[in-house]
Amino acid sequence: MAEAAIHTSALQGPQGRRPKSLLSPRRIVIYGLLLVAAFYYILPLYVMIVTSLKGMPEIRLGNIFSPPVEVTFEPWVKAWSQACTGLNCDGLSRGFWNTVIITVPSVLVSIAVASVNGYALSNWRFRGSDLFFTILIIGAFIPYQVMLYPMVIILRTMGLYGSLSGLIVVHTVFGMPILTLLFRNYFTALPAELFKAARVDGAGFWGIYFHIMLPMAVPIMVVAMILQVTGIWNDFLFGVVFTKPDYYPMTVQLNNIVNSVQGVKEYNVNMAATILTGAVPLAVYFLSGRYFVRGIAAGAVKG
Amino acid sequence: MNTSVSIKNLSLDFGAVSVLKALDLDIADGEFLVLLGSSGCGKSTLLNCIAGLLEPTGGQIFIKGRNVTWLEPKDRGIGMVFQSYALYPQMTVEKNLSFGLRIAGMPKPEIEKRVARAAEILQIGPLLKRKPAELSGGQRQRVAIGRALVRDVDVFLFDEPLSNLDAKLRAELRVELKRLHQSLKNTMIYVTHDQIEALTLADRIAIMKNGVIQQLDTPDVIYHAPKNLFVAGFIGSPSMNFLKGEIIVEEGRPFFQTGGARLPLDGYRASETLASGRAVVLGVRPEHIRVNEERDGDPVREAVVDIEEPMGADNLLWLKLDGHVISVRVNGARRFAAGTPVRLSFDMSMASLFDAATELRI
Repeated sequence: MAEAAIHTSALQGPQGRRPKSLLSPRRIVIYGLLLVAAFYYILPLYVMIVTSLKGMPEIRLGNIFSPPVEVTFEPWVKAWSQACTGLNCDGLSRGFWNTVIITVPSVLVSIAVASVNGYALSNWRFRGSDLFFTILIIGAFIPYQVMLYPMVIILRTMGLYGSLSGLIVVHTVFGMPILTLLFRNYFTALPAELFKAARVDGAGFWGIYFHIMLPMAVPIMVVAMILQVTGIWNDFLFGVVFTKPDYYPMTVQLNNIVNSVQGVKEYNVNMAATILTGAVPLAVYFLSGRYFVRGIAAGAVKG
Repeated sequence: MNTSVSIKNLSLDFGAVSVLKALDLDIADGEFLVLLGSSGCGKSTLLNCIAGLLEPTGGQIFIKGRNVTWLEPKDRGIGMVFQSYALYPQMTVEKNLSFGLRIAGMPKPEIEKRVARAAEILQIGPLLKRKPAELSGGQRQRVAIGRALVRDVDVFLFDEPLSNLDAKLRAELRVELKRLHQSLKNTMIYVTHDQIEALTLADRIAIMKNGVIQQLDTPDVIYHAPKNLFVAGFIGSPSMNFLKGEIIVEEGRPFFQTGGARLPLDGYRASETLASGRAVVLGVRPEHIRVNEERDGDPVREAVVDIEEPMGADNLLWLKLDGHVISVRVNGARRFAAGTPVRLSFDMSMASLFDAATELRI
């Protein structure tokens, strides 16, 4: 009896080998490598921030890694409202607002069109819809440079060349392949019976889109929004080609500030201007990293 | 017969693959018809054609005498319940139920009346304010049925509605569905691959294979007098036992000859005269074989118990007979150890005889 009791007590509790501790050699190597990689990527940002907070005399000392002795926000103010680009000396602020005016409608229009495209391609398959989709996807692989000049001609013919609306059209068109792919894959992954049920309930093309599909598409909308906001905000090429100096987006102005040949190079102002230009995409990444990764995965898994 | 749904010469091809082949089907008003078959037989395709979710390649569909072949689903007077429930996830149960009515622009008081009635019939009143994600599988399926109910339709279409539920819930909802049909008396067309659902629910069963209806009849006839070998083997669990042999007629008495044994076919009601020498297949259901309980004059076969599967009420025996494995269902109280020799006698009045070449019932 007593023997049996000892036996059972020995059998209670976890069995087998203990899981490895936190500081096994393997983990040290993994975390070490991760730390090195993280350090490597964070370093430039650190240098930029530190430099932007220094005055020019301190920068001339040449120690780019040292923190500022005397913190000054003068370069930030100058970058925003005083730095000169060509004829204007009102800093990045003009470019910032131009970019906002370009980005907001471009993002909204391209997502609106692409979501309807994706919905139609996944649920209302028409004769030749696969061919249509294939052509659209091939469009994503043609280098932009090839399409630049034809696009200029098209916009000129439409009377939109050099205007903000022209640039919005360009961004909408070039965002179409990847966004349509994104939405099509998302809507295809939704249960087909949902669509059938809505049809039996009597909803039509737009009824199903607005009442059923759109409310379910919020996650992919967020993903598309992130892709488009960062993409259009960072655009340089289209901004230069399809607008005139009055409408130059922030990226183009940044280039003009940093690359202006006259006078002394104001590294602190340049750094502040660069951070200001990258602030919006950076904020978007930080605030929505989870959705961003999910979006990349959603777009990549099925073709 | 007052027809509710009538399908004439319906065919559907996906490219080179023909899914439905010149199919004819008449369903009576208030009938519960089950389309039964294994996956890929075309039963769901047929249902989707009736619903208007798939366009047939040829043929016509009539509902209540109206040719609806090219009508939109909403204009056909049908309601549909899906396997995955297909509830709109962002809407409450109430909104789910009323969606179709709101789309149709029905006045609010009428919508509320209909939702309340459906909720009462299906006992989902307390769930009306919840979202589908907050419901159990059984509750979801009830809401899905309610969505068809509020539309006040002539014909209910069910596409494997119970397949996503666990066994216990499936049995409960099966009974509820039957009760619902008894009280509503609507025409119901029900697709399933589960023969228990088919046998218990159906007024008539249509067994399909390769886009063709193999047999359309009451569950009783389908079970006891299957029209061909496919139907015989498909219905019943475990399957009907098949023995190959030939007909011998001796002094005017027909016998079924297999191996060295000879079974008299006196009790069998054949639809044609049995000629000597005809190659046939004898089908006997597991419950129509007696073990050690032969009556006087019954020819007896010797077999050995291979495996027994006690199932509570029943005991299923797998026996070795002339190198074949056959299954026999006996009372659960009767237990047999593996290796036990037993004597078998067949209830020939309940057996089925098929022509070996055409596979059709004789």
